[in-house]
Amino acid sequence: MSIEIEHVHKQFGTFAALNDVSLTIPSGELVALLGPSGSGKTTLLRIIAGLESSDGGRILFNGTDTTESHVRERKVGFVFQHYALFRHMTVFENVAFGLRVRPRATRPSNSEIKAKVTELLRLVQLEVLAERYPAQLSGGQRQRIALARALAVEPQVLLLDEPFGALDAQVRAELRRWLRKLHDEIHITSVFVTHDQEEALEVADRIVVMNKGKIEQSGTPDQVYEHPANPFVLNFLGDVNLFHGRILQANGHVDTGENAVSYVRSHDIEIERTPLDSTALQAVVKHIQKLGPSVRVTLDIAGNNDFVEAELTRDVFHNLGLQHGERVYVRPRQVRVFVEDYQI
Amino acid sequence: MSIAKASSDNRYTQTEPFFVRWFLIAVALIFLTLFLLLPLGAVFSQAFEKGLTVYLDALKEPDTLSSIKLTLITAAVAVPLNLFFGVTAAWAIAKFNFIGKNLLLTLIDLPFSVSPVISGLIYVLIFGLQGWMGPWLQEHDIKIVFAVPGIILATIFVTFPFVARELIPLMESQGKEEEEAALVLGATGLQTFFRVTLPNIKWGIIYGVILCNARAMGEFGAVSVVSGHIRGMTNTVPLHVEILYNEYNYTAAFAVASLLAFLALITLAIKTIAEWKVRQQLNNN
Repeated sequence: MSIEIEHVHKQFGTFAALNDVSLTIPSGELVALLGPSGSGKTTLLRIIAGLESSDGGRILFNGTDTTESHVRERKVGFVFQHYALFRHMTVFENVAFGLRVRPRATRPSNSEIKAKVTELLRLVQLEVLAERYPAQLSGGQRQRIALARALAVEPQVLLLDEPFGALDAQVRAELRRWLRKLHDEIHITSVFVTHDQEEALEVADRIVVMNKGKIEQSGTPDQVYEHPANPFVLNFLGDVNLFHGRILQANGHVDTGENAVSYVRSHDIEIERTPLDSTALQAVVKHIQKLGPSVRVTLDIAGNNDFVEAELTRDVFHNLGLQHGERVYVRPRQVRVFVEDYQI
Repeated sequence: MSIAKASSDNRYTQTEPFFVRWFLIAVALIFLTLFLLLPLGAVFSQAFEKGLTVYLDALKEPDTLSSIKLTLITAAVAVPLNLFFGVTAAWAIAKFNFIGKNLLLTLIDLPFSVSPVISGLIYVLIFGLQGWMGPWLQEHDIKIVFAVPGIILATIFVTFPFVARELIPLMESQGKEEEEAALVLGATGLQTFFRVTLPNIKWGIIYGVILCNARAMGEFGAVSVVSGHIRGMTNTVPLHVEILYNEYNYTAAFAVASLLAFLALITLAIKTIAEWKVRQQLNNN
């Protein structure tokens, strides 16, 4: 089912959490709402679910206006950041809840409920835990149960609010791969909120980058990463270096004026011992930091205290044999130039 | 072996010296014995001083029976009303944001900060013969002050913070995500309350009700002002104990007082269990 968000506005006191947001989510896609905290992404998700009301605008499910319909009637599945499992119910009863509260006329029989719940627990690979209580489960297991519970009511839309936010790094990585796989199996229109760019890039079909109550860019992971619409998107999707008002001529990129700012991602900065041509910039190695598979080198360009960070692979770093305080040459591989009317 | 040694070493590095610990424990125990256990023992020893038959006779006396009946009626009205009020107020405060929330919180605490005499006096001032509504009530032959309704009203006033006060922190700490989850899953408001909220606060409610009940049955000051002390009619158990005592009828006074002491002991036992369960509910987050 497709979701259309039309000119949605939400005000909290004097703070505009959402400022005229419009977005179309095609049926069957897995969409990430990506942004820093306070960008309005969770508010937007809660408005789609009906847990929060908007101050203006409409939400359409498959072309039908749902703005006025109650949470109960929207048929959405919602997964909370802190799981929100019913603590006094077993895992089985948690998953069965949505079926048990149906009006008598549409409520499935006990045996149907049992079959459905067992099937869902098998889907999230936690059948053996049916009789446990939420407090006896690990974070990752709880989140999978929360997902099974949301899916039990056969929602038309699945909404996930920072679903992996409260989990440790390893479980996070495992669960997001699993979510991607699950989505490939059941193809339900899904929207998840995250502040983790890596998570969004890995899991989503489409990324919607949000900032200060507005949508900055919406597109496939490749589009937003390779062709960021503005400095905010560029900056949010990876470490970047700024070259303020500097004229850079590398790879044919030319500055567009005095107010221009050039941006280069840290892994797009090459370090050379001897300059290949005149486009390389002189720099001094200020700091070397080893981060697992990569090495981050902080460089001072032309001694101006204008620091630039370059991220190298360990191999490249060892081949160069960089030393602290050494003079080297820096060559930006990919420069993106934005005219400075934009504050990050 | 080495592990056992390490852990015992650890114990001494982290606690006070032996004599300090024993001194503190001894002070606490002596205090408890003097101020709590001794009086409790005195009540029972006085009550049973002249034997079980005299004790039972004192309890079977008609005025005593009527005071017990009145106390039970008062508690039977006040406790359910305050249970309802307490749950509603706690629900509103913990789960919604509204203007005047802090005012409501302060008002709930009011009976704790007001002297019981005042709590009784306000009803005399409102419903008494010289009060605001006195003449109208007399015209219609409705008796509130110096009658059972006044006693019940004063008791409700004095005991209304107990359930709400117990539930508000519990419900606030549990947040509203579970209720939201239930709504999204299609539950109605009532289903959400009975299937999700109520089970989560069950032991908090029991704890609050027990305290509320103990206070409702034991309240002296406020009830004393509105009661009028009519024997066999408007005397509750605590008031009856005072009358018997003032009449130098010590055995009967202590026999009736022992009922209240029993109530206290039972309350204490249930309270301990409820407290333990509430902690469990809090830890299950």
